[in-house]
Amino acid sequence: MASEVNTDFLFDKRLDSIATDILRPVGISKGFLVWMGFLIISLSGCIYAYYIQWDKGLIVTGLRDYVSWGMYIANFIFFVATSLVGMLISSVLGLMGFKWVKPIARIAEIIAVAFAAIAGLVIVSDMGRPERLPYVFMYGRIQSPILWDVTVVTTYLVLSTLLYLLPLIPDLAISKGRIGHTPKWLQSTYEVLSVNWNHTPQQYKILLKSVRILLIIIIPTAFAIHTVTSWLLAVTLRPGWDSSIFGPYFLTGAFVAGSAAVVIMMYFARTNYKLDKYLTNYHFDMMGKLLVLVSLVYLYFNINEYLVPAYKLKTADAVHLHDLFVGEYAPMFWSVQLLGLIFPIILLLFKFFRRPLPMSIISVVVLIAAWFKRYLIVVPTQENPFLPKQFVPQAWMVYQPTVIESAITMGTILLAVIIITVLFKLFPVIPIWEMAEEQSEKDHKSEE
Amino acid sequence: MSNSNNINHDSNHAGENTNSRRKFFKNFGLIGAAAAAGGAAIYSGHEYEVSKPNHDMVKVLTADNRLVEVPRDQIKDVKLDMTELQRQGREGLKGHRFVMVIDLSKCRNARKCITACQGAHHLRPYEYHINTLVMQESPETAPYYMPKPCQHCDNPPCVAVCPVNATFKRQDGIVLIDNERCIGCRFCIAACPYSARLFHWEEPLMAEADKGKPYNIELNVPQKKGTISKCLFSSDRLREGKLPYCVSACPNGVYYFGDENQDAVTNGTTKETYRLSELLRVNGGYHLMPELGTKPRVFYLPPKNRLFEFKDDRDQNKEKT
Repeated sequence: MASEVNTDFLFDKRLDSIATDILRPVGISKGFLVWMGFLIISLSGCIYAYYIQWDKGLIVTGLRDYVSWGMYIANFIFFVATSLVGMLISSVLGLMGFKWVKPIARIAEIIAVAFAAIAGLVIVSDMGRPERLPYVFMYGRIQSPILWDVTVVTTYLVLSTLLYLLPLIPDLAISKGRIGHTPKWLQSTYEVLSVNWNHTPQQYKILLKSVRILLIIIIPTAFAIHTVTSWLLAVTLRPGWDSSIFGPYFLTGAFVAGSAAVVIMMYFARTNYKLDKYLTNYHFDMMGKLLVLVSLVYLYFNINEYLVPAYKLKTADAVHLHDLFVGEYAPMFWSVQLLGLIFPIILLLFKFFRRPLPMSIISVVVLIAAWFKRYLIVVPTQENPFLPKQFVPQAWMVYQPTVIESAITMGTILLAVIIITVLFKLFPVIPIWEMAEEQSEKDHKSEE
Repeated sequence: MSNSNNINHDSNHAGENTNSRRKFFKNFGLIGAAAAAGGAAIYSGHEYEVSKPNHDMVKVLTADNRLVEVPRDQIKDVKLDMTELQRQGREGLKGHRFVMVIDLSKCRNARKCITACQGAHHLRPYEYHINTLVMQESPETAPYYMPKPCQHCDNPPCVAVCPVNATFKRQDGIVLIDNERCIGCRFCIAACPYSARLFHWEEPLMAEADKGKPYNIELNVPQKKGTISKCLFSSDRLREGKLPYCVSACPNGVYYFGDENQDAVTNGTTKETYRLSELLRVNGGYHLMPELGTKPRVFYLPPKNRLFEFKDDRDQNKEKT
């Protein structure tokens, strides 16, 4: 992102066509209403499931004393993981000067905001006494990684929201007078959020400076949120969690999940909003290469995480790894590793698969595998504690998620989808001013 | 008194009317004066008693840990409310470092310790503060029973991870849980390598019966849905100077309990007291999984010289629960 903005683009006639393209899908359509209706009706079922859990206690889940963290915690890690992609795309790639991330950056931020916002709720769904949530702030002990997690996830959410909102301001101002087809309240929302923006170079200077500061400070924050999340497990003594590479292992895994989510949403925007002019094959190609890169790094950490203990086979590790490699969890483990990691790496090496449709299908598989990967990290470890499980009901020996538990988990996913839907449909998903600026810059260069 | 006057009056009725009346008034006056004087004396005595500074005083330790004096006759028995129970429960018993020694060579899996514990803490048959496990290190070594309470670690992983100070380590070495504080995140369960903690997934067994009772943190009763419960080394009994429930209930002399500071432990079955250091030295006492660095306060004596048949009753007990 350049530190100076040439505001010439505002007078470029192409701004009009870009704005028209990007603002065309904005607003409330029949499809949007049907989709939101579907989401909200499904969500109300999930909320009812949560009411049952609230009333009866966590007995309605498959959790028991041995496996006391299950789907909820796996889901929490998945949410935090997916949200990290905002930092990867906007900060890491953006600051390094990769121009192709410009039309994707906002999509990545939307995913970051949605998943980070719901991550907190996911954790509450796992609490035995959710009404005591304020105790974390009243009696918080700084030694507990939960405190660190609450702090950094909140910080990340605030920073991501700002990184979404600030670059949106010029777009909202540009949209003024161009969104006559949308309802009045949405237009007033634009009015309020655009905070009297009138495109002075001074304003752009302040905007770029603040965005740049945010882009820099969000990097350590993002590293912190997933590292700390990994520490929820890694600070314990249990085989399978007691690992010194859990921080980077989680972080790299997060980039795989997040990149896949971005590809899916890019494909959606491209086809449904007819934005193929802005989300071109080139962008998908680059995202495909990025996905290969982050998957390779993640594969490297996977090899370290599983191969080194498997070589030594310490008593407790041996039991755990046996479960994963050939035991009860083997089908899930190998599906996740092959479908979610190995095959995508191989396929995406070929240009053919880095086209929008094939890559989106691969990304869906990768994202689902990413969810199950978190499940495999959280659950099997607890099924093999140090001391034998004896003299308890059979149901306590293994973890079997219940329908209620799955419904609540589905509810959190629906909530994230609702946030994404609203931000996608009611606001421009591609930065209009940056696209226009890029265009006019290109023209300048070709003139010279 | 007036009665006797009347009798007097009647007997002297003939000819001594005036005399007897004078007598009557005289008597009456005397008695009245005496009564007034006596009353005054009693009143002033009372005043004096009330106001005198060096009353019979008693030294009392207040809730905020001040030593104060109060008159003995003004002391009223107060039932401890929850705040006071919490305060004393979090503070612990000064000057003690409690330890438990479990002699594995004597355990026959009678499970009396478990039922006593569950009775005291209002738990279901499969909710364990203490559980007896069937252990076998390798196929070649002999199996044995191992009672497993909370190890009350001196470096407790559960306490470190608790976000709200609901589980804590007391000065007497005991690790307790405050279910009025617990948020139910179960991080402590994840952190505990001994699987020593239980969570109330549903309404506790005696939730109805215990309703309204002040929460005793040293007994963890009433138990609460959505919170953690765990072995407390029966700290309510220790406060009364008694041995823990499990220790007293054992029919086989498995448990020794005592104070590391006094270097003494008492066997719960025989009530004989031993020197802790001696007992551990002679019998080769050890900790469970010392390599984890948790520094338990529970010692084990190895399962050697067992003179009874080993019966693997895991399955049978599974059916029972």
